[in-house]
Amino acid sequence: MSCTVTMTVNGKAVTREVEERTLLVHFLREHLALTGTHVGCDTSQCGACVVHVDGRSVKSCTMLAVQAEGASVTTIEGLAAADGTLHPMQAAFREHHGLQCGFCTPGMVMSAVDLVKDNPTPTESEVREGLEGNICRCTGYHNIVKAVLAGAEAMRAGEPAAAAAE
Amino acid sequence: MANPTGIGASVRRREDQRFLTGRGTYTEDIKRPNQTHVHMLRSPYAHARIRGVNAADALKAPGVVAVFTGADMAADNVNSLPCGWLIHSKDGSPMKEPPHFPIARDKARYVGDIVAVVIAETREQAKDAAELIDVGYEDLPAVVSLRQAVDGSAAQVHDEVAGNLCYDWHLGDAAAVDAAFAGAAHVTKLDLVNNRLVPNAMEPRAALGEYDPATGEHTLTTTSQNPHVIRLLMGAFVLGIPEHKLRVVAPDVGGGFGSKIFHYGEEAIVTWAAKKVGRPVKWTAERSESFLSDAHGRDHLTHAELALDKDGNFLALKVSTLANMGAYLSTFSTSIPTYLYATLLAGQYKTPAIYAEVKALFTNTAPVDAYRGAGRPEACYLIERLVEIAAREMGIDKTEIRRRNFVPAEAMPYQTPVALQYDTGDFAKNLDMALPAVDYAGFAQRKAEAAKRGRLRGIGFATYIEACGIAPSNVAGALGARAGLYESAEVRFHPTGSVTVFTGSHSHGQGHETTFAQIVAERFGIPIENVEIVHGDTAKVPFGMGTYGSRSLAVGGSALVKAMDKVERKARKIAAHLMEAAETDIEVKDGRFTVAGTDKSVGIGDIALAAYVPHNFPLDELEPGLDEQAFYDPKNFTYPNGCHVCEVEIDPDTGVVSVESFSAVDDFGRVINPLIVEGQVHGGIVQGIGQALFENCVYDEDTGQLITGSYMDYCMPRAHDVPSFAVSWHEDQPCTHNPLGVKGCGEAGTIGAAAAVMNAVIDALAEHGVTHLDMPATPEKVWRALNQSRPAMAAE
Amino acid sequence: MYAFEYRRPASLAEAVSLLSQAEEGKILAGGQTLLPTLKQRLARPTELIDLSKVPELKGIREDGGALVIGAFACHAEVGASDLVKRRIPALADLAVHIGDRQVRALGTLGGSIANADPAADYPAAVVALKGTVKTDLREIAGDDFFTGMFETALNPGEVITGVRFQAPDKAAYAKFRNPASRYAIVGVFVARFGNEVRVAVTGAGPSVFCVTDMEAALAKDFRADALSGVAVSANGLNGDIHASPEYRAHLVTVMAKRAVEACA
Repeated sequence: MSCTVTMTVNGKAVTREVEERTLLVHFLREHLALTGTHVGCDTSQCGACVVHVDGRSVKSCTMLAVQAEGASVTTIEGLAAADGTLHPMQAAFREHHGLQCGFCTPGMVMSAVDLVKDNPTPTESEVREGLEGNICRCTGYHNIVKAVLAGAEAMRAGEPAAAAAE
Repeated sequence: MANPTGIGASVRRREDQRFLTGRGTYTEDIKRPNQTHVHMLRSPYAHARIRGVNAADALKAPGVVAVFTGADMAADNVNSLPCGWLIHSKDGSPMKEPPHFPIARDKARYVGDIVAVVIAETREQAKDAAELIDVGYEDLPAVVSLRQAVDGSAAQVHDEVAGNLCYDWHLGDAAAVDAAFAGAAHVTKLDLVNNRLVPNAMEPRAALGEYDPATGEHTLTTTSQNPHVIRLLMGAFVLGIPEHKLRVVAPDVGGGFGSKIFHYGEEAIVTWAAKKVGRPVKWTAERSESFLSDAHGRDHLTHAELALDKDGNFLALKVSTLANMGAYLSTFSTSIPTYLYATLLAGQYKTPAIYAEVKALFTNTAPVDAYRGAGRPEACYLIERLVEIAAREMGIDKTEIRRRNFVPAEAMPYQTPVALQYDTGDFAKNLDMALPAVDYAGFAQRKAEAAKRGRLRGIGFATYIEACGIAPSNVAGALGARAGLYESAEVRFHPTGSVTVFTGSHSHGQGHETTFAQIVAERFGIPIENVEIVHGDTAKVPFGMGTYGSRSLAVGGSALVKAMDKVERKARKIAAHLMEAAETDIEVKDGRFTVAGTDKSVGIGDIALAAYVPHNFPLDELEPGLDEQAFYDPKNFTYPNGCHVCEVEIDPDTGVVSVESFSAVDDFGRVINPLIVEGQVHGGIVQGIGQALFENCVYDEDTGQLITGSYMDYCMPRAHDVPSFAVSWHEDQPCTHNPLGVKGCGEAGTIGAAAAVMNAVIDALAEHGVTHLDMPATPEKVWRALNQSRPAMAAE
Repeated sequence: MYAFEYRRPASLAEAVSLLSQAEEGKILAGGQTLLPTLKQRLARPTELIDLSKVPELKGIREDGGALVIGAFACHAEVGASDLVKRRIPALADLAVHIGDRQVRALGTLGGSIANADPAADYPAAVVALKGTVKTDLREIAGDDFFTGMFETALNPGEVITGVRFQAPDKAAYAKFRNPASRYAIVGVFVARFGNEVRVAVTGAGPSVFCVTDMEAALAKDFRADALSGVAVSANGLNGDIHASPEYRAHLVTVMAKRAVEACA
């Protein structure tokens, strides 16, 4: 029971034959070798697997690959500019030490970019609320929140990488 | 000018580039040609005899390569997973050490115990086939809680372990304690539960086994904090593979917090099975599997009494603790409630007499072992709760009672009555720094203001000390450690002056690739970009003990300094030769070697070149090359300490506790990278807050089923459950016995936070007559506590 | 998860037909509950019928004094809808507090009420806002729709197409979240229509229910204090490690008061 799926991932059209039960996250990791998107739980709570599908952040462990048929998917690998310049949110996480082991980081960054897109001037409390779908065990969130606030400011400043990424 | 990437600089982490762009390499990210997937079939029963395993149907299922059982491993002489620390009971008898096989043989002893494994082409096929395996279970009565385990009528987890008692250990002077209690003006008593936790590193455990029949070499890639320890334990004790034929790699590891120290059965299974099936075998835990099978933490039941004189001076402490080992002894399980717990019961205080007894018990639950802090948070929580209860009972301010009892800075080094010798620490200074920072004087006003909003506000302190950088091998050996506790480093200068460092420490979030490089950059006056840090591969680095117990910088960093000392000694000889000067005339600063009193000098880069292109080189006296290795075995533990202060508010209508502020003043000795140290404290604090308010691992007491088996029920702190923190430190009290003066910072937050939070919660509730609550202080627990102390509320 | 066949019908008629032909068909809406269930191998459908391309289930529109929200409207869409925010702000507020941001991007109204999780938020709104559940066959009054824990009045093969919510004069939803799962331990939706008040409670019991004593008290005096003497019995309420029946009963009163206060 397999089927063909076609979608755009990080700007490139991809087509693969997959089992219908293949989750989007496994499609990305195993069929496309995009292992930056992680799996940290099996109940859709930790958010390590967050990617953007048609511009919205979703949990790729809770979506079938076939559901993304025809969609445009951005993963952490596709966030930086083509020349390698980090997206302002990535740069802010580095500057403010918003990551330690790095495992939750891709999902955290993808969620942060999405929440700032909806709310370009979030308060600390709105950032904390906005990250409710992402769990980090290392940082205590302090520096993540700092990074997201700084990243939001940098995104407002309209760094070119922000436009290039989506 | 100071090196901008040297010691003390908040250098941005070098590892972040790969993590931020999705280019990290975690074990699950590795995909080998022809690899298979293994699914662990786990017991759904807490305690059951295994009458037989019929895998006939599973073997016929699509994609199945093999099914193995405990009998298959027994036939290959696979041994039990060893325990790394032998504890002797009061009566001198050794602890009970029942076997712990990677795949259970006769009985399953906890929900999650592996009873068979299925290897298939895909993960889903392995899971599909596992459902076709027929295991003949005979369900047996389970022992789940500590109370059940000590009950004489309870079932036995292991037939050969009477009363489920692993050991009955003690420390301290019972007679001195009894005498002190006899003369005490006041005795404060406390019964408490230290709640069981699941470490929950965000990367689930994973393991990939490979075997090369051409060379006979095995490779295990695993989510480990200490690959050499795994190689030694698995190679020598479990599978009988000599070390030169076994490579263990721990690549990027997504957090550990202790849970990835231990040698787990799954590692042995994939290594052994890869040779059996002739293909790579990979396993990655699902989160629900992690909940069942990762070693858990804490889980104590304690009665404690503190004797005081009329002025609130501590006279003696006696502690009796039951500690849950789970179904089997995990690698370091036995040392946690003994040498990492009872030895810390003096805390920051000069209590002259202390006696502790600890009974370790088997239950039909997952093994329990070190989790961030490991024994020390349990000790700190116990002491700091007792201190605040005593203060309230005696009408002494909670900071004043501490101040009266602190070991004064002048008394250092200080020998505690529970075996440790503190080298440095100025506990009053920590408190002095904290009080204005938290505006202690203004608390009453904040409380009154909260009351106007209908909220109960409380403030709590924790003045903690921990023992880190574990510790002299000879002392640990005498106490039962079956391993050495040194660390290794190799500093390899390359011909053109760049450096590769090989360290036995392992980084799984701590940022060693940055901090260790800073130490090298500082020493040799070179940019950090010229230094590469390599860790986590037994084929590359010298034998190392890995990372746990906040030891990396104190022990691994010291090994690095020793190796650099050796490099410098050799470089000095080479410099003397190159400049035709006496070695004694060479002065070294920031990697420049100068002939004293002249302008003749040579840099470390030129020396390296001369060492590898030895055309002009003292070959009679020196070997070519500039590559030195060192092992460092510390003289003592290090003793990070600090003062943590928390303020909470409670909504009396719902019982919800919110952490309003948390301030930490710490003494970590010398700080290498302030940015990283802050991050370590933040993370630790939230794990402590998690234990105090949210996290609780619950098994059903009748069936032994894990109730909190996913994030649906096990409450992980999220971003809006906690505030931002105020973190500060001083560097006035560097460690006296390691070359960097460092003490360690990885566990401090967790050690102080739970006690500070709970003290704040009880402070907020005190006016309602509440004297103690066990963690976690969940809304319902708090609401009930308030309700018991007030007239019945509308809903009752 | 177990293997299944995947279908993506392009019309309601095709969806209904596929569902009727399937051996054991299951509707895939947003998938935010179904996929975790399948991952845990707790269900074994032979076919998944994805409704994402069915046009009849889309959209949010006004219908007289009411709002009709398509079954496939995701929580984020309802929460962000200007129309919903204008006509029934409490409903938009409920939607933006379901699950988390990523769940709201995919989870749907139809999926939520069809699943009838006792701790879901939407059932409280459907009942309090005098909702009508529209299906391919009929209309079902919100009061009759939820029949028990994970049980509804839907027949096998019946597909929810949307829900009509009456716009109240005032309404608010107050939720006490399970700190781990973020589902409602207790959620109370209070809505006032002229002299009539509805107080619908989710999370506390096996299924959403109305507290008639509170409704009567509030109809007389629409202030939080009017609820002070109104107790809810713990009998029959849910109990788990997070909240006992007694605590849930207490929280119903607390959350109802907060909802009334939020109406002001």
